[in-house]
Amino acid sequence: MPPISTERDLRLDLFRGLALWLIFLDHIPSNAVSWITIRNYGFSDATEIFGFISGFTAAFVYGRAMREQGLIVAGARILKRAWQIYVAHVFLFAIYLAEISYIAQSFDNPLYGEEMGILDFLKQPDVTILQALLLKFKPVNMDVLPLYIVLLLGFAPALWLLLRAPSIALGVSALLYALMWQFEWNFTAYPGGHWVFNPFAWQLLFVFGAWCALGGAQRLGRWLNSPVIVGLAVVYLLASFGIAMTWHIPRLGAFVPKLVGELIYPIDKTNLDVLRIAHFLSLAVITVWLVPRGWPALKSRVFWPTIVCGQHSLKIFCLGVFLSFAAHFVFTEVSNRVPVQIAVSLAGIAVMVAAAIVVSWYKRVERGDSGPRPPANKPSYAGGDA
Amino acid sequence: MRLLGFLLPAVLLAAGPALAEHPAECRVAENQVENDFRLPRVIAALASKRLEILVMGAGSSALPGADGISKAYPARLQHVLTEKLPGVAIKVTTDVKSGRTAPDALKAITASLAAAKPALMIWQAGTVDAMRSVELDVFSAALDKGVETAHAAGSDVILINAQYSPRTESLIALGLYTDNMRWVALQREIPLFDRFSVMKLWAELGTFDFFAITKKLDTAERVHDCIARLLSDLIVDGAKPVAPSPEGLR
Repeated sequence: MPPISTERDLRLDLFRGLALWLIFLDHIPSNAVSWITIRNYGFSDATEIFGFISGFTAAFVYGRAMREQGLIVAGARILKRAWQIYVAHVFLFAIYLAEISYIAQSFDNPLYGEEMGILDFLKQPDVTILQALLLKFKPVNMDVLPLYIVLLLGFAPALWLLLRAPSIALGVSALLYALMWQFEWNFTAYPGGHWVFNPFAWQLLFVFGAWCALGGAQRLGRWLNSPVIVGLAVVYLLASFGIAMTWHIPRLGAFVPKLVGELIYPIDKTNLDVLRIAHFLSLAVITVWLVPRGWPALKSRVFWPTIVCGQHSLKIFCLGVFLSFAAHFVFTEVSNRVPVQIAVSLAGIAVMVAAAIVVSWYKRVERGDSGPRPPANKPSYAGGDA
Repeated sequence: MRLLGFLLPAVLLAAGPALAEHPAECRVAENQVENDFRLPRVIAALASKRLEILVMGAGSSALPGADGISKAYPARLQHVLTEKLPGVAIKVTTDVKSGRTAPDALKAITASLAAAKPALMIWQAGTVDAMRSVELDVFSAALDKGVETAHAAGSDVILINAQYSPRTESLIALGLYTDNMRWVALQREIPLFDRFSVMKLWAELGTFDFFAITKKLDTAERVHDCIARLLSDLIVDGAKPVAPSPEGLR
C-alpha cells in the first residue's frame, strides 16, 4: 500500500471553499455576481471541483479508517456519513417546500400562465414528498447531495479495491463510465426523465479524486509539472474560453467552424462530458502548477475565510443552498437591482464564513470537553469533512 | 434606469416618427437580439410578396382572456410586419398548445407545416420541457429533427427560448434547456430569439415589472407587443441579402 501523507493539504480546503462560494453564487437565480464564476468561461464548473475534492477527502479520511479498523468499521462510518447527508437533503427539501408553498399562495400574473403550472405538484403532496424522500423528485439546485449519497453508498467496496490495486480500481471506474455512455445508464427521476447528475458518470471524478489521495497524486507528480502538459492545459483552457465566449456574444459564433460545433455540442453536464473532464483536469494542472503544496500564502489571512468554509463542506454547502433561496426571496420581495444583488451575494458569503467559524469553534469546544480524541478519528479532522 | 424608461418615449416622440418606430420600452432590449444567420426562404418569399409564418408554441405564446389571441405576440407580429413590409401579404398562423413539450410539438410539426406551408416557422420551446424535466438529449434531438423537417418542407426556422419569470426562477431550471437551444441554433445555423435575455434586461432596467402579482393584462400585452416588434426586426434583418453591419439591427 502506498504511503499517505498525513499533513493537511490546505489547497483542498481552499479550493473546496471556493467551489462552495461559486455554487452558492450560481444557485441564486439571475444573480449579476454569478458572472464571475468559472462556468461562464469554460466547459466545467464548481461541481467538478466539489466532486473531485470530495472523493479526495473521503479517501483520505476513510482510507486510513479502513486500514486501521478494517472494512466493516470503515464501511459503517461511510454509511453513517451517507445518512447524515440524506438528513441534510431532507432538511433542505423542507425549506424548499416552504418557499414553493409561499409562492403558490401569492403568485398570479397572466404573462406566466404556463410557468405557474410548476406549482401543480403541490396538489399531490403525498406523491411529491414520497418521491422526494426516495431521492427521485429533486427540486432545482438540489441534485448534488443525492449524487453524493449514492457515491458514498458505493464507496466502501471502491475504497477497498483502491487500497489494494489503485490502478485496477481506477480502471473499473473508467469502465463504468464508458459502459454508462454505451448503455445510457442513469437513475430515473420523478416526474420524468433521469437524474441531473448521473451517478454512473460522476463517480469517475469522485474515484479519481480518491485515487489521487491514495498516492496517485505523487505518481502523477512528475507529469503534472512537465511543460508539455502545462502547455496543453493552457491551450485547452484558452480554446474552451473562446467557445464559451460565443455563448455570451452570439456574433462570435460565426468564427466556430461548423465541424467543431458538431463535434462538441451538446456539452453534456448530466453525463459528465469528456470535454468537461478535460477542462477540469486542465484547470487542476494549472492550479497545481501555480499553487504548490507548501505555498506560504495558504496560511495567510487572505485565504483563511475560504479555507475555513472548505473545512466544513457539508454544513456550508447546505447553508449555501438555504442562502440562495433566501437571496432569491430578497430579490422578489425587496429589490433585484444590481447593487442589491452584489450586497446580497457578499452578505451570503459572509454568513457562510461566520457559520464555518462557529462550526470550527464548536468542534474545538467539544473536543476540549471530551478530552483528546481517539487516534482513529484524527484523520477526519486532518482532511476536513469527507 | 426607471427614469430613463419614462424619459425615453418623450425624447423619441420629439425626435419624430423615424426614431419612434418601436416604443422605447421595446427598444432598450434591441441589442439582445443578435443574429448572424440568413433566412433564405424568407428572402424568396419576400421577393414573391407573400410571407406566411407559422408559430409553433406552448403556453407562453398565448395570452388569456377574450382579447388574448389578438394581443399575443403572433398576432402582433403579423400587425407589425404588415406595417414594416408594405406591399407584402403577411399571414401568421399559430399552432399553440399550453403544456406542450418540444417532443410533443415535433409530433405536430409535419401536419402543421403541411397545413400552413410557411416560409418561416417560429418555434417557441423550453419552458414546459424544463418543468417536466424532459431528457436534455431528447429535447435537443426533437428541436434538431423539427428544424430538419421544417427545412425539408421549405421553411426557415427561428427558435424562441423560455420567458424570464423571476418568481418561478428558483423552481424551474431553465439553464440547461436554454443552453441546448442555443447549441441547436448554432449547429443548424438558424437564428435564436433570446426572449429570456430580452425580458431579463427589461427586468434589470425596470422597463417592465415581472414581479407584479396581478390579474390585469396590460403589462402582459405590452410585453407581447415588444416581443413581436423585436422579432420582426430579427426577421427583417435576417432577410437582408447582405451580411449585417457591425451595428446589427439598428
